[in-house]
Amino acid sequence: MSFLTLEGLSARLKGTDHRLLRKVSLSVAAGEVRGLVGESGAGKSMIGKAILGILPRSVEIVAGSIVLDGVDLQSLSPRERRRKIGASCALIPQDPLTALNPSRRIAPQITDRLVDILGWERKRAEDRALELLGEVHIAEPERVLRSYPHELSGGMRQRILIASAFAAEPKLIVADEPTTALDVTVQKQILKLIGEMQRRHGTALLFVTHDLGVVSKVCQTLSVLYGGMVVEDSDVRSFFAAPGHAYSRALLAASPKYTDPDGSLTPVPDAVIEAVRQEVAAADRTWSHG
Amino acid sequence: MLDGRSLIKRRAGARLWLAGLWLGGLFAAALAAPLIAPQDPLAQDLFLGRMPPFWMAGAEPGYYLGTDSLGRDVLSRILYGARIAFLVAIVAGSLTCLIGAGLGLAAGFLRGWVDLAVSRLIDIWMAFPPVLFAILLIAVMGPGLFSIILAIVVIDWTRFARVVRAEAMAQGAMDYVASAEVAGRSRLSTMIVEILPNVLPTIVVLLTLEMGIAVIVEAILSFVNLSVSTDDPTWGGMIAEGRTSIHQAWWVIVFPLITLFLTVLSFSQLGEGLKDRFDPVLR
Amino acid sequence: MADLYELTDVRLALPDMTRKPFLGAAPRTEILKGLSFSIGRGEILGIVGGSGSGKSTLGRCLVRLLEPTGGQIRFDGVDITHLDASQLRPLRRRFQMIFQDPMSSLNPRHKVGQLISAPLRLHGAHQPDREAVLALEQVGLPRSFADRYPHELSGGQRQRVGIARAIALKPEFILADEIVSGLDVSSQAQVLNLLAELVRDLGLTLAFISHDLSVIRRLCSRVLVLYKGEIVENAATADVFAAPKADYTRALLDAIPLPDPDQVWA
Repeated sequence: MSFLTLEGLSARLKGTDHRLLRKVSLSVAAGEVRGLVGESGAGKSMIGKAILGILPRSVEIVAGSIVLDGVDLQSLSPRERRRKIGASCALIPQDPLTALNPSRRIAPQITDRLVDILGWERKRAEDRALELLGEVHIAEPERVLRSYPHELSGGMRQRILIASAFAAEPKLIVADEPTTALDVTVQKQILKLIGEMQRRHGTALLFVTHDLGVVSKVCQTLSVLYGGMVVEDSDVRSFFAAPGHAYSRALLAASPKYTDPDGSLTPVPDAVIEAVRQEVAAADRTWSHG
Repeated sequence: MLDGRSLIKRRAGARLWLAGLWLGGLFAAALAAPLIAPQDPLAQDLFLGRMPPFWMAGAEPGYYLGTDSLGRDVLSRILYGARIAFLVAIVAGSLTCLIGAGLGLAAGFLRGWVDLAVSRLIDIWMAFPPVLFAILLIAVMGPGLFSIILAIVVIDWTRFARVVRAEAMAQGAMDYVASAEVAGRSRLSTMIVEILPNVLPTIVVLLTLEMGIAVIVEAILSFVNLSVSTDDPTWGGMIAEGRTSIHQAWWVIVFPLITLFLTVLSFSQLGEGLKDRFDPVLR
Repeated sequence: MADLYELTDVRLALPDMTRKPFLGAAPRTEILKGLSFSIGRGEILGIVGGSGSGKSTLGRCLVRLLEPTGGQIRFDGVDITHLDASQLRPLRRRFQMIFQDPMSSLNPRHKVGQLISAPLRLHGAHQPDREAVLALEQVGLPRSFADRYPHELSGGQRQRVGIARAIALKPEFILADEIVSGLDVSSQAQVLNLLAELVRDLGLTLAFISHDLSVIRRLCSRVLVLYKGEIVENAATADVFAAPKADYTRALLDAIPLPDPDQVWA
C-alpha cells in the first residue's frame, strides 16, 4: 500500500492555458525513496510543492488527486489539509542559507514546530532536538543549538535542516534539490546522511533533483519528467541499465561521468527534444479542456 | 511566466491611464487658464459672495463651482492655482531629482571618498528638522515661488540620494559591471551606460512622488501664508480662506481639496505605472 | 615561445569584515596564498576547487578585476600585476571573461546586439554591429537574437551570448568562470562542445574554472587543483584522473556521484 499516490494531477497558471503539470501519476510506498528527475521547468519542484500544499498562489490544481495515507487531500478543507500535511510530511529545502531565519537561534527553529503544531512540551522538544543533532553527527550539539545560522557552515546548516525535517517523525519527506548549493565533498556526506536517516526512521522520501548521479546513489525508483509530464517511471537499477524512453536515454548520455569522458556530456539531440515535445502536445490534445 | 505578471500589468495599465488622464487634463487646463477660465480669478464682487455651485438653488450662471466670500470664482481660481502647483511640481521635482539622484548614483557606484562625503552630508542634513528648516529659509529669503522651490530642493534631495545610492550599490555588485570593466569601459561611462538605466525606474517613481510632495508642500506653505502673495490664487491659500467659511460655503474649501488630493494621488500612481512600463523584464 | 601567463607567488588578502573589531581596521584574510604557475599558449587549463578554495578570486586576478596584494602576473611578457585602469585598457581586448551567471552579467536593460557590440565600440571596431552579428552566428544563435533582451532567452542561449561577447573582441585568452554550473545537463553539453570548438578554431588560450571534475576532464588538457588558496595539484588531466597525487584531489574524485548505481561510494 503506497503512502502517497498522485493520480492524474494537472496544474496550470491561474486563469491561463499555461499547463505546468500534465496528468502526473506516481506513488511512493512507505520507506521508499523516489527520485523526481528533470531539467529546469520540468515541474519536478512543482510536484513537491503541490504535495506539501505550498504551491504559489498563481498556480491552481485543475484535475487529479493527491492521496496521502489513504486521505484525498483535495477533499479536505484548507485547515484540515494543512493539519494532515503538517502531521505527516516535512521538507528538506534547497538552500540552507535562506531556509533558516538569520535572526533567531537554532534551537527554537527546530522546536517551534514540535511545540506549536504537534503540541509537545517545550522540554520534550528540546531534548528531541538535542538527540536529533546527535543523529545527524553534529559535534557539540548544545553549542550549535545556541548558535545563530551565520555562525555555521553551509553543510552544518543543511544537517540542521535534515534533523529538523525528521524531528516530528514524518511519514514522508520531500527533499527539494537539498545538495545543489553544496560542494561535492559536502554533498556526499549529506546524501549519505539523508540515506542513513531515511533507513533508520523508515521514512518515505521524494527526492527532487536534476542530477542522475545523485539519483543513482540515493533512490530506489524514479520518475523522469519533461514539460510537467512523467515520461518514464522505473526502478533505478533497470533505468541505469537501459532507460526506456528516448528522452531519458539522452538525458543519461548528457550527464557528466568522468570515468567515461567520451561517452558522457553528449548534447541531447534536437530530434529527441522535438519528439518529446510532440508527445506532450499530443497528450494535451487528447485531454484538451480537461 | 509563473507569477501572473500579465495581471499586474493590466492593473498597472488602468492606473497609469487614469492618473495620466487627470494630470494631463489639469495640466492642459492650467496652460489654457486665461482662455478657458470663466471669470477673472482676482475679480472681487461683494454682491456675488458665497454663491453655491451650479446644481444648487441660488447659483449664479457662469460661476460653476460657486464663489468665495469675496465673490471670486472658485473654478477659475482652481485653474489658475494649478499653474502654480504644476510650476512648483515640475521645477522643484526635477531639480531635487537631478541633485539627489546624481549624488546618490555617484556615491553608490563610485564609492570611496565620494561616498564618504555624500553619506556624511546626508547624515548631517537629515538631523535638521525639515519644517523648521523650510520656514527658516523662507523667513530669510522672503516668501515667494523661488523660496518655495529652493526650500523643497534643499530639504528633499536626501530622499533621492539615499534611495538611489542603495540601489546603485546593489547594481554595482552585479557581474555586468565587472563585465563592462573587462571590456575596458571607464568607471564614469559604466555608471552612465550600465548602472543608470537600471536605477532609472526607481528614479522615475521617486520623481513623481516628489512632484506630489512639492504640490503638497506648496499648498501647506500657502496655507500658512508663506508662499506667493495672498492675492495670487493657490490651492493652499484657497483652502486657508475656505476654512473660515466652511459652515456657510463648504464649496470654497472642498473643491480645492479634492483637486489637491486627486493630483497628489495621480502623481504617485503615475510613478508606479511608469516603473512597470520602464522595466523590460515586466514589459 | 614563452607562456602566455606567468604567475609568481601571487597573493591576495582582503579585509575580513566579519572579524572587524568595533574600532580599528578589520584583520586581513589571505585568500590566495602564493600561487605560481603558467598557462601556455593554446592550452586549456582547468582550475578546480571547492567553495572557499580561491578559484574565482584567482580568475578575477588573471583578468585584473582584482589587484593582487603580492607576487607578479605577467601576460605575454608584460607585468600586469599593478597596472591601473587606463594602463590596462589597451590590453583589455586581449584577455576576456565569461561569467558564471548570465542573468547577472548581461545588463537586463540592453539588447543582445548592444551587449556584444558595446565592447567592440569601446575598442574602436569599424563595424561593431556587423561584427556582433558575426559573433552571434559563431556561437550558433540566429542574427535575429540581436534585437532581444537577455530575459527573453533560455539559460543556454544567454550563456552563448556571454561567449559571443567574449570572442567578438578576438582575444588571445578567455577566462570561463563556472559557466555551465547553472545550466541543465543538455545545454551544459552543448555549451561545452561549442567552447571546445571555438578554442580550437580561434586558437584561444582558455582557463576554465569549475567545481565539476567531469566537465574538466572533458575539456581541459591540464588541471590545477586549489584548496584553501593553495595549489595542491598541477598536472596533465589524464594523470590527475589516473593517479591523483593530492589527498584532496582524491577526495574530490571519490565524492562525485556517477550516474551508475554500481559505483562503490564509500
